[in-house]
Amino acid sequence: MGDPTGAGVTVEAVFRDVYGQAVAALVRVFGDITLAEDAVQDAFVTASDRWPREGFPPNPGGWIVTTARRRAIDVARRSARGRQLEEEAGASGLVSGADATIMNDVGPVQDDRLRLIFTCCHPSLQIEHRVALTLRLLGGLSVAEVARSFLVSEAAMTKRLVRAKYKIKAAKIPYRVPSNSDLPARLEAVLAVLYLIYNTGADDRDRAQLRREAIRLARLLVELMPSEPEAAGLLALMLLNEARMPARLISNELTLLKDQDRTRWNRDLIGEGHAIVRSCVRGNQPGPYQIQAAIQAVHCDADSFDRTDWSQILTLYEQLVVYAPTPVVALNRAIAIGEVEGPEEGLAAIDDIAPDLDGYHLMHATRGTLLRRLGRRQAAYTAFGKALELAPLEADRRFFAQQIAELA
Amino acid sequence: MSQYLLSTYAVEGGVPGAPATPEEMQAFMQRVMELEAEMDESGTFVFGGGLHGPDAATVVNNSKAEVVMTDGPFPEAKEHIAGFYIIDAADLDEALAWAGKVSAATNHPIEVRPFRATGRVADHMKEMQGG
Repeated sequence: MGDPTGAGVTVEAVFRDVYGQAVAALVRVFGDITLAEDAVQDAFVTASDRWPREGFPPNPGGWIVTTARRRAIDVARRSARGRQLEEEAGASGLVSGADATIMNDVGPVQDDRLRLIFTCCHPSLQIEHRVALTLRLLGGLSVAEVARSFLVSEAAMTKRLVRAKYKIKAAKIPYRVPSNSDLPARLEAVLAVLYLIYNTGADDRDRAQLRREAIRLARLLVELMPSEPEAAGLLALMLLNEARMPARLISNELTLLKDQDRTRWNRDLIGEGHAIVRSCVRGNQPGPYQIQAAIQAVHCDADSFDRTDWSQILTLYEQLVVYAPTPVVALNRAIAIGEVEGPEEGLAAIDDIAPDLDGYHLMHATRGTLLRRLGRRQAAYTAFGKALELAPLEADRRFFAQQIAELA
Repeated sequence: MSQYLLSTYAVEGGVPGAPATPEEMQAFMQRVMELEAEMDESGTFVFGGGLHGPDAATVVNNSKAEVVMTDGPFPEAKEHIAGFYIIDAADLDEALAWAGKVSAATNHPIEVRPFRATGRVADHMKEMQGG
């Protein structure tokens, strides 16, 4: 769509910035997600035709919301529900009143997007639906993009979104920030969705867009809920993981932490992540995301693998296991034990959880690594074989095949 | 205000987690009565009841030339509705909160389902005509 203003503004950039805000603002006014989405999309279609020819408006975001609102009113007027809405809202200036009822000069009410996040991540929706809705409505990803990210057909993703929106409407999933008593559990559901989006984008350069989107949404959440330390913890966790991506994924080959070229780590992201972790520590309201971020902060602090402060990492895993007593956390704790106390002790810790993780490739890979350190090459060979058999990603399989070849 | 059906299921005639001893039954009744009092107080309770088992059901079909009666329930399933409440709630969160209380009182999972429409069809017709 070009940049006729020469000011670095494109319709795509505006779309990225204001799509979620505009949809959220219209959902507040009209109470209908599909109507809001369609109207905002129409507004962008008009914009991409008009702006490059006539120049960008001084406040593109405001223009989009105003245009979308008019469009939604036209559509709504043609339906019985719309006529009812018009009557109800006549006095509040919804239909003919000033745009200021929806937008102030800068943009819609900030809380609109927060409300929409909580609607999209409602625990009564399937987790796949929560993720898809969040990316579509708040991230502004196209249905095709969301479908590609989750390796399903566009038709299947369309169905998923239609079904989720139907449930929101039919069951009246509320469009609001939950009450204080519900907030901790509901915020946890939101954080889990964002982290799942991030992790779906990890380990695959083709899906890096998901990581960017997850970080953008986490930043938004922190901005909207500055007093929630777990939201900050999640953002820090993502930033510190992201900082190491350039060294971790080289031409889609997986490089282990141990072997990574640490000069390729992104120092700006590490600095930002560290600052958040420090402020979390000062806040002293620990939670699982903050602890995971702190663990990654310790890794990022070390200028080489050998100089990693493993005893601090072990202490943090001991804390994490209290909040999240899952086998995968226990496996990471076992890895830390292997570094602090030695491979023998690490293996013993893994033996305790091995039955729960028999189908998890990284458990076998970790065993293989520890067995190799003990010189038990045959057992290590078998363990990596199991890991190879179970690994879902091609990059992982190539890595395990290489370990096996070296042990043969 | 919307209406929701909160229902509980019996599996092959029995409700899992149902009270087994007289003492358990008494405690169960106590919990349910307290809950219903709370529903009444907040104007939530619309209607509720426990059903006889599927063996007591009859299906009547008068959609063809003559009336056909069939012994037994409508679906040939293992699970059947054992009892239900119909409640008034502002939105799903409110309905889910009530379902949580019903589930705690009955020791049984509760399905929450929104009504698409309630009341008499004639009333809806009037409403749709802008009455």
